[in-house]
Amino acid sequence: MNIAVDFKNVDIVFGNDTKGSLSLIDSGASRAEILEKTGNVLGCAGANLTVNEGEISVLMGLSGSGKSTLLRAVNRLNFVSRGQVMVKDGDKMVDVVSCDEATLRRLRQHQVAMVFQQFGLLPWRTVEENVGLGLELAGMPEAERKARVGKQLDLVNLTPWAKKYAHELSGGMQQRVGLARAFATEAPILLMDEPFSALDPLIRTKLQDELLQLQKTLKKTIIFVSHDLEEALKIGNTITIMEGGRIVQSGPPEDIVLRPANDYVRDFIANVNPLSVLTAWNVMRDRRDLEDAGEGWLWLDRRKTTRFKIDAQGLVAAAERNGKPAVWISVDEIEKSSDEASHVFWAKPGTSLKLVMLAMHRSQTSPVALFDDQSRFVGAIGIRDVLSAVLRR
Amino acid sequence: MDPVSSLLAAYKIPIGLWGKAFFTFLTDNFNAIFRGFSNGLNLLLDGLVDALLLLPPVAVVALIALLAWYLQRSRALAIGVALGLLFIINQGLWKQTVETLVLVVAAAAASMLIGVPLGIWAAHKPKVYRVMLPVLDLMQTLPTFVYLIPVLTLFGLGNAPGLIVTIIFVIPTAVRLTHLGVVSVPKAIIEAGEAFGATKRQLLWKVELPAALPTIMAGLTQCIMLSLSMVVFAALIGAGGLGTEINRALGSRKIDLGLEAGLAIVVLAIVLDRMTRIGVGGKK
Repeated sequence: MNIAVDFKNVDIVFGNDTKGSLSLIDSGASRAEILEKTGNVLGCAGANLTVNEGEISVLMGLSGSGKSTLLRAVNRLNFVSRGQVMVKDGDKMVDVVSCDEATLRRLRQHQVAMVFQQFGLLPWRTVEENVGLGLELAGMPEAERKARVGKQLDLVNLTPWAKKYAHELSGGMQQRVGLARAFATEAPILLMDEPFSALDPLIRTKLQDELLQLQKTLKKTIIFVSHDLEEALKIGNTITIMEGGRIVQSGPPEDIVLRPANDYVRDFIANVNPLSVLTAWNVMRDRRDLEDAGEGWLWLDRRKTTRFKIDAQGLVAAAERNGKPAVWISVDEIEKSSDEASHVFWAKPGTSLKLVMLAMHRSQTSPVALFDDQSRFVGAIGIRDVLSAVLRR
Repeated sequence: MDPVSSLLAAYKIPIGLWGKAFFTFLTDNFNAIFRGFSNGLNLLLDGLVDALLLLPPVAVVALIALLAWYLQRSRALAIGVALGLLFIINQGLWKQTVETLVLVVAAAAASMLIGVPLGIWAAHKPKVYRVMLPVLDLMQTLPTFVYLIPVLTLFGLGNAPGLIVTIIFVIPTAVRLTHLGVVSVPKAIIEAGEAFGATKRQLLWKVELPAALPTIMAGLTQCIMLSLSMVVFAALIGAGGLGTEINRALGSRKIDLGLEAGLAIVVLAIVLDRMTRIGVGGKK
C-alpha cells in the first residue's frame, strides 16, 4: 500500500521558548509541566502516524488533545517545531515542515484540500464562487473553472443554489459547499477538521453517509478529526486516539473497542455499543486454542456440547451435538431454518457479532463455527466469548 | 511658591522654542518646495471649483443625483439629494458649497488614499501599529489651531493649506478603521484562503480586503464627515466655501447668514453620508 501522509516524531509547541520545551518533551514532561516551566503550550509531542492512500484515518480525542493541531501540520497551518510531515506529491514524498513557500503553495493548491469546522466560506461570494476559490487561487482560467465547479456542485446536489450567497444557506448546506470546494481542487488528500461537529445530529448522520458514498468512488485519502467516537467508528478505517498532545493508541476501530490501551481510551469507548463495531473474527477462539476431543475431533465450546471432525484439508467432515449427529448451516440461512437442537451455525470472519448472537439464540445457545472463504474451519465462538466481548472483560 | 516648584519653573524646557526653530529651519531652507507644492495644489483645487461652476448649477445637481442613484440604486435617495442641493441654490450659497464640496471630497479621498495602505500595513505588522498609535493620537487630539500656525507659515493662505490641515485631522480615522477592519477578519476565512494556497497578495485582495470592506467604507463616511467638521477651521487660513461664510457671520454677529451656511453644511453632510454608505438599500 502507498503512503499518503507520514508523521515522523512530530512535536508542535506554541510559544517562544521552543528549545526549552523540546527538551522537556524529551524528558516526558506533561503539557501542564511545560506550560508552568516555559509558558509554552504543548500542541503535540512525539506523534508518529502513517496514513495510507485511500483510507480514512480518524484523529480522536477530547478538545485540547492535539488532534486538530496534528491535522493542521499537514498543510502547515500550524508550524511543526521538530520532526517531519511527509506528504505525497505525485510520485515523491515532500516534507511539509521544511519545504519552501512555492512548494507549500503547490501542495495546498493541488495535493491537500481542507474542510473546516466553521465552514470557512467567504460570505460575500456566491456558492459557486466559493467552490471555485481553490481553482481561482491556482490561476485556472475562468471557463475551465466554471465547468469544474458545475461538476462539483452536481456531485453534492447544490446546483440549484449556485447563485445564492453562503449565508443564505443552512449549516448542512454550507458544509456541502465546503466539501465541494475541497473536492473541486481534485487534491488526493483531504483534511477534515471536525467538519460535522457544528451540525445538528440528523444532518450530521446524513453528511457522514454522503461522505462515505462519495468516498466509494473518489477514493481520497482523508484525515478526519472528530471528538465523537460513534462518528469515528462509522467512517474510520483507522482510529488514532490522542490525549494531552500525545498519541495513546492507533489501530482499526475494533482494536480500539476490544483492546483499549488505557483508562482514557476505556472512558472513551464506555458508551459505544460493541455490537455496532465487532465482527465474528474479533471474538472467536482460534482452532488451535480449542480443546481436542480425540480422533480428529475438536470441541467448539468449553461446556463440550458440540464437536466437529476436521479433515486434513481443514474442512468439516462431521458434526455432533449433545452426542448426536448434527448439521452445519450458514448464518445467512438463519431465517429459513427451524429451531432445532441438531443445528450448528457457521459464520464468516466478517459476519457481525449481532448476527452471531442471533444464531446462538436460534440454536439453543450452541457455539457458532467460523469458516474462511475456502470453507476451512478457522475457529469457534462460544457464549462466553460473546459475553466477555460485550462486557469488555 | 515652594522651592521645588520654583526650581522647576526656573529651568523651563524650551519645547516651544525648539518647535519654532524647527519650523524656521524648514521655511528658511525649503520654502520654495513648500510654496511650489502649495501653489500647485491651489491651482488644482481652484481649477476643479471653476470647472464645476462653469456648468449650470441645476445640471450639477442633476449629475450628483444621478450618481446617488447609481451608487445606491434608490430613487428616493436621488430625489432627496436633488431637493437638498436645490435648497442650497435657493439660499444663494451654491458657489461656496461647490468650494466646500471640492475641499471635502479631495480631503477625504487623499486621506483614504494614504490612510488605507497605512492601515493595512499596521494590521499586518503589530509593531508598526504600536509606533503609529501615539502619532495618530497626537494628530487627532492636538487642537487644530496649534497646527494652523505652522501650516500657515509653510504653505501660505489658500485652499491648499486648508486641505492639508483637514487631511492631518482626518487621516487617523482612515488608518484606524482600515486597521480595525483588516484585524477583525475572521481567522477561519483567512485560514481557508491559506489552506487553498493563496499568496500573500491573493490573501489581501481576495480575502482580507473584501472582508474588511464594510469597515473601510464606514471609514470613508467618517472621513467625509470629519472633513466637513474642519471646514470652518480651514476657512481661517484662507480656504473658501461655507466655512468663510460662517466665520464672517461670527465676526459680524449675523444670525441669519450663520444659520443659512450652517444648514447648507448639514445638507451637504447628509447628502454625502447617504451616498457613500454601503449596504443601505444597495447591494450587500
